[in-house]
Parts: sequence; C-alpha cells; structure tokens
Amino acid sequence: MTERVIAAIDQGTGSTRCLLFNHSGRMLGVGQREHRQFHSRPGYAEHDAAEIWRNVLRVVPEALRAAGLTPADIVAVGIANQRETTVVWDRHTGRPLAKAITWQDTRTAGVVADLAHAAPEITAVSGLPMASYFAAPRLHWLLDEVTGLRAAAVAGDALFGTMESWLIWNLTGGVNGGRHVTDVTNASRTMLMDLTTLSWSDKLLEIFDIPRRMLPEIRGNAETYGTCVGVLPGVPVAGALGDQQAALVGQACFSPGEIKCTYGTGAFLLMNTGAILPSSTHGLIPTVGYLFGDAPVYALEGAIAVTGSLVQWLRDSLGMIPTAAQIETLASTVPDNGGCYIVPAFSGLYSPHWHPDARGVMVGLTSFIGRGHVARAVLEATGWQTREVVEAMNADSGVPVERLKVDGGMTANNLLMQFIADVLDVPVERPLGSEAVSLGAAYAAGLAVGYWPEIEVLRANWHRAAVWEPAMDPAVRIRERENWGRAVDRSYGWAPPEH
Amino acid sequence: MPGTIQSIERAAAVLRVLGAADRSLGLHELATALNLPRPTTHGIVRTLYAVGLVDQEAESTRYLLGAGLLRLHRGIDRHDLRAAAMNWADALAGSTGFEVVLGVSDHRAVQLVHHVFRPDGSPQQVRTGLALPLHATAVGKCLLAFAPTATPPLGELALAQWTGSTCTDTATLDEHLTVARQRGWTTSVGEYESGTGGAAAPLRSGGGLVVGALGILGPTEELFGSSGRLRPRLADELLAAAGAIGHGLST
Repeated sequence: MTERVIAAIDQGTGSTRCLLFNHSGRMLGVGQREHRQFHSRPGYAEHDAAEIWRNVLRVVPEALRAAGLTPADIVAVGIANQRETTVVWDRHTGRPLAKAITWQDTRTAGVVADLAHAAPEITAVSGLPMASYFAAPRLHWLLDEVTGLRAAAVAGDALFGTMESWLIWNLTGGVNGGRHVTDVTNASRTMLMDLTTLSWSDKLLEIFDIPRRMLPEIRGNAETYGTCVGVLPGVPVAGALGDQQAALVGQACFSPGEIKCTYGTGAFLLMNTGAILPSSTHGLIPTVGYLFGDAPVYALEGAIAVTGSLVQWLRDSLGMIPTAAQIETLASTVPDNGGCYIVPAFSGLYSPHWHPDARGVMVGLTSFIGRGHVARAVLEATGWQTREVVEAMNADSGVPVERLKVDGGMTANNLLMQFIADVLDVPVERPLGSEAVSLGAAYAAGLAVGYWPEIEVLRANWHRAAVWEPAMDPAVRIRERENWGRAVDRSYGWAPPEH
Repeated sequence: MPGTIQSIERAAAVLRVLGAADRSLGLHELATALNLPRPTTHGIVRTLYAVGLVDQEAESTRYLLGAGLLRLHRGIDRHDLRAAAMNWADALAGSTGFEVVLGVSDHRAVQLVHHVFRPDGSPQQVRTGLALPLHATAVGKCLLAFAPTATPPLGELALAQWTGSTCTDTATLDEHLTVARQRGWTTSVGEYESGTGGAAAPLRSGGGLVVGALGILGPTEELFGSSGRLRPRLADELLAAAGAIGHGLST
C-alpha cells in the first residue's frame, strides 16, 4: 500500500506549484506553472486571478502524476500564498472583477498619502506601517476605480480576498457554495484586521471605506475550511498561511526567538515572538506567525522588497547573465565589489526604512567597475538588506540573533550565503529541502486532520543541509557597512512627491 | 568512409542561413531558403532550439542564432548545474542518510560545486569549492571514467598516495574505470581519507554528454557493508537521482 500524503499549493508571485509531502516531510512530487506578469504602467504589477486558478487545476494533477499517486492518496490540502495581493470577484459568475493587484504594485501611493492623517490610528490597530505594500489601500482604490464594484460589494454580489481566499472559494465549489474564508496570517496583512482581537476592525473599515459584506471570514491556520469539489474531490482544505508565515512553520521555528529568512523575489525575515504581540520602534512589522488551536503565536517581520528580483532584472532587463544562477559565475570573476554598491529601491524601501520615495541607485562608479563588480554589488545588496533587518530585530528584541535559518531559491547561491554569514557575523544554516513555504502549508493542513499529531513531531523533520560560518575581517565588515549606509542615504527622496 | 547524415547537413544549413541573415527569420523564410518542406524545416529548427543553438524571439516567434553557440567552448555553467541538482541532491541525502556532493572537472582535479551535509545534525563544514584528487575520490574517478575528454589522460595524472588504499598505478586505475563504466558508477573505499568511502554516478545532459558527477560519501562500512560491494539500494538511489538531474538538464 502506498503511503498517503499531504498536498501543498504554493501560489507565489511568479508561479503556482503543487507539492506532495509524506510523514517525514519528504517531497514526493511537484507540478509547476508560471503565470503572466502584467506591468501596463510604471508602478503597476498585476496578475490574472482566473489564470492562476486554471494553473491550480493543472499543477495538482501534474504533481500526482509525478509521484505516481491518485486523489485518493491525498489526506488534506494546504495553501501558502503571495501575501497582500488583492482580488475582487463576482460571487454569481465566479469571474474576477479586475486584475489582481500584487504586493509589488505601487499605484496606491496616492491613497496612502491621502490617508496620512489616519496613519497613527491605522498602525495602532493593524500593527502595520502606513505603506502601499498592504491590501487595504488597493481595495480602496479598486472600489473607487472599478465601475459598479462598490454597489456590488454593498449588495453582497462582489467578494474580496487575498489569494488564499480566492483559491479556497474555488476549490470548495466556487459559485456552487464555495467557502469565503481567509486565515489570520493573510488577514493580518490586509491592514483591516485588529491584531489584538484577530477580527476585522470597524474603525479600519471606516477609514478605508470598505463594505464589510465583501470580506471573508477570518479563520485559524490549521482547520478544515471546506471540502474540495472537482479537483481532489472530497479532500479537505485544511490549512492556509501567508507564504512567509508558512516558511516560519516549514522551518520549524516554533519557539520564541527562532528566526528564518526566505530568499525569493523579495526576502522576508520572521522571528517567532511566542504569545507576546511584539511592537517595533525600528521599522519592523508585528504580525501573526500562526494560529494552531486557540492561542496565536506572534512574529516580528522584516520585509525586503527586492532581492531575487534584482538578479532577474540583471538577467531580463540588462541581459548581463543568461540565467539567474550565473550571477554567481559573473560575481566570482572579481574578488570584491570594487567600490560599487546597488540599492534596489525599485518600489521604495521597506523594512527597516519605509521610504516610499526612495528609488534604486548604483553608486561608487569609476572606470574600474566592470560587469563582475556589478554582479557582486547585486548579491551584496541582499546581504546588506538582511543585515539592516537583523540590526533592527536585535534593537527591538534586545536579544542578539545568534543564527539564521534560510530557505528559498537564492540559497542555491553559495557566494551569497557565505556573504550573508560574513556580514551578519552569525552562522547561516540551510535545511534539507529548501521548500519551507510549501512544507509549512502541508504541516498546517496535516496538523488539522491529525496526519501529524503535534508540532514537536515536525521539529524532528528538520535536518541541517549546510552551515556557512562567518569569515570576514571585522574591519572590512565595519567599513563596508558604512559604505552601504551611505549608499542607502543616496536613494532617498528620488521619486517625485504624489501631491 | 560512411556517408554524411542528411539531417545534420540540413541543421548546419539552417545555422548558416540564420548566421548570414541581418534579422530574425520566420519558419516560412527558412523553409524557402533551404528549399525544404515546412514540417521538415520545423523539426530541424525546433531541435536546434531545444539544444540551445537557436533562439526564438518571444513576441514574433521568429528564429535567430542561439546564445548557446557562443558558449560551446565553455560547457555547462557549474552554478546552473548546482541550481538544477539542488532539490535532487537534498532528496538523495534525505533518503540515503549520507553526505552528497556534486563535482566537475577543473584544472586536473575534481572541484566540488555543491555539498549537502549528512542529515544527522553532526558538526560538518561546507566543502563547496574544494578541489579533490581525480584518482582517489569516487566523484573524481567518475569523471575519469565517463568524461575522459574533459579530464587529463590517465598517464599524465600524478597518482599521489593519500592513504594505504589509494590506487597509485595507472594500469590498476584503468581496470577499475573499465569495470565502473560497465556497471554505471564508481566507488572509492578509503582511498582519500581512511575510513571514508564514496560512490558516484555521471550526470548526463542532452545527447548523453557527461557534465558532472553526483556522489554520496560516508563511513566505508555503512556504504559497502561486509561484502565490500556498494549496497544495492544505495546504487539504485544514486542512479535514480543522477537520472532525474540529467533529465532536468535536458529539458
């Protein structure tokens, strides 16, 4: 008899994947589809939610085929998704009413500027800094701009959700009784949820002028939301987490103080703070880590907008490398950055600076600088941005970070991982299987249905695959840190003011 | 001398037509230039595209010479290789419980381009970037056996003695490599470090070209048991992982 497994759907910024995991957390099969990125105007970054749903319908059977399994072998399905991406759809036709506005989209800078007077109150309730990064300003923008949307929302005909809500609604039947729910981690990133009560805030709904009827019900991360119809018929949808919180779970960061960083399009560092709702005076975001059962576990997050996407930019826009992996080849042609620094503030700077007016800069150029130095500066930007967030964590928590668990695609870059260990001056460790996001979604669903009895069992699934030890001369570290700080200063105030 | 192979001649003609044009060309233009039916031309140009010698413009679907032509002298990039191998290398470490390494030929040695720890929590150091002797390690011998044009001739190797078990004799090494070629993998039994053994299988990309070696490392008694032969389950896991990585490189 084949071992039954848990399916995870990882709905990411670039692609949608389905991965199958067994009891020991081993990945048995994967299906993957990329979706289109729409950049119709500067600052716009959109997805077609209908295309993403069609991709789910393809990647699930692909993963089953790859593993030689059938839907009957699946115990439960969990979802991890790109956060803050905003979808509105018609509950009667099941069609999206606009393109999904992704977390990278900066069109709502004007909305954010208009609501600046309410910023202290918004931050006090939601925990989030006032920025165009979150969902509420996008939903506000959509309600103003999409003809008929506000009326439809008030009448209960139009629904709002982040990506997991859209997928759960479709998986559980769509127009035929689909469940309209979200989970606390995704809800905590809308800027509409009260971080203390874990429920929608009337005050925030009023500030952003959002009709309550269009919002999904907020649920825990490991519970059965409904049962799949169509694809995986009869299988419970039993877990949902924002991708970064999913990685916290997948990396088994279950104790206060444990910390992970996921390196993908952007990089996101989360520290488990246990039952204590953290506050930050250094530009970090208090957020829900996960809610298994009754008591939430909170986390402190450092969000870096541009890391892997800077490498993609070097590949796709500048054509300097044929593949993302070859950034390491190019960077290895030189011993250091030659004095060149790149601050990739493509959509402003997130943690810990929160400067929406910043834009990307490349500084320190001399005739000595070549392609190799630029490649190195690209990688170093990820290292220094990590360092800034870790400095903020240390300052907020008062307890220095002692080691960092990493995951995500960029952990394949040995030069980068060593550089991160060097600039943080702490060991950086990678787990076996760098699919922490998907694994976390699988863990949530598996805990909900009793596939795994408790989180301690999951801790035993974590195995160290590599450790990079710091080896940088302290004097060099101090000098380069100062140079990076001066480069960041030069990125500020470049974008023209909204008003 | 055997006759020339028509499809290769035609493929060369497609490359010449694309190389001589001052713009990208559509399928119809290529077929006309070569006086071939469109389906035949399509088959040739799609094969050239699949192996990277022809590129296609995303918007127009017209063809032009591929960037792969410029990289023929360089071989596969070692970081592309690592990226393609990483998930499978992790899975191999997980299923066997041994360290996993990925090696390529570099300056008369085998250079480790990737290293996965033995997943038992024991203290270990990342060995990526390390150069090891070709003749004394399983990954090194794998490159000697399966990628003879990418490695120096055996007679030119300095067969340094690392342990009492290191093979320092060209003829014996050659015999070992012949046996390895027949069964599909190489082994090292305490030949570089006493007590540590290894087994390695070639990574084959499109057309069978060997681009690297995938190896497992561990205590010799765990790998080979009392029989002195690699445990069959380990050989199966190793070959399956190497096959999966190679499949990923070919597509």
